[in-house]
Amino acid sequence: MLTKPVNTLPKTQKKYQLKLPSQAGNLSIIRGLVTKVAAQVGLDADEASKIELAVDEACTNVIKHAYGNSQGQMLDILIKVEKNKLVIIVSDKGKGFNPSRVKTPDLSESIRAGKKGGLGICLMKTLMDKVDFEIKPGLKNQVRMIKYLT
Amino acid sequence: MEGFEVSQSETGGVSILCLKGYLDAHTAPDLENAIQRLVDKKTYEIVVNFTDLTYISSAGLGVFMGFIEDVRKNGGDIKLTNMKPKIYRVFDLLGFPTLYDILDEQQTAVDRFSKN
Repeated sequence: MLTKPVNTLPKTQKKYQLKLPSQAGNLSIIRGLVTKVAAQVGLDADEASKIELAVDEACTNVIKHAYGNSQGQMLDILIKVEKNKLVIIVSDKGKGFNPSRVKTPDLSESIRAGKKGGLGICLMKTLMDKVDFEIKPGLKNQVRMIKYLT
Repeated sequence: MEGFEVSQSETGGVSILCLKGYLDAHTAPDLENAIQRLVDKKTYEIVVNFTDLTYISSAGLGVFMGFIEDVRKNGGDIKLTNMKPKIYRVFDLLGFPTLYDILDEQQTAVDRFSKN
């Protein structure tokens, strides 16, 4: 008798959500949760630290750029543990940006121009397996980062 | 709360900034203020010792981007030393080692100033 393999595991096995005031002082709380979840799904300290940094960069972008450091705004972080991947979604309702216009930073040019930033998205893309953006300024902007669990 | 401390000392006429803890968008202004204080005093030979730094994000790296041109124009430099591999990786990923003097030991950085 032939039986089809049945995936008995639900697609999302666990979800963790943080909703915090959009303040840089809360980055340590966010990093703490990310590191704990990464350890829980069996990632080593090195991989966990990459995810920790990528999420920090995404949240810092929201705090600084989407909300322009203004108080009273909220930052949403959703961590989904799926069968073979960790999905982290950072959402805001602030000022959006055009992801296609974000170029790989030229560090020497940035230094000459006196720029102190512009490195976050590059880092996120380097540290995670997949990063994509959904931008609807003022409604909902979302960065979705994936780390595959092998 | 993960804290951050920056302490300043002097060795052989070179200013040393020792970083401790977590350097992110929340704590980067503390480092910015410390370097600004040195620049205001026309102190341009600076070594930043990362021995006790546990974490850095691009906000921390941005502080070094903001000062390096001004410091070098005045004949000085900001040399970075004693990074843990995890910290060095962030600098490396963003291409800093080609533009910044990143050294294993603080004393090597101090000596390099006296040779120039």
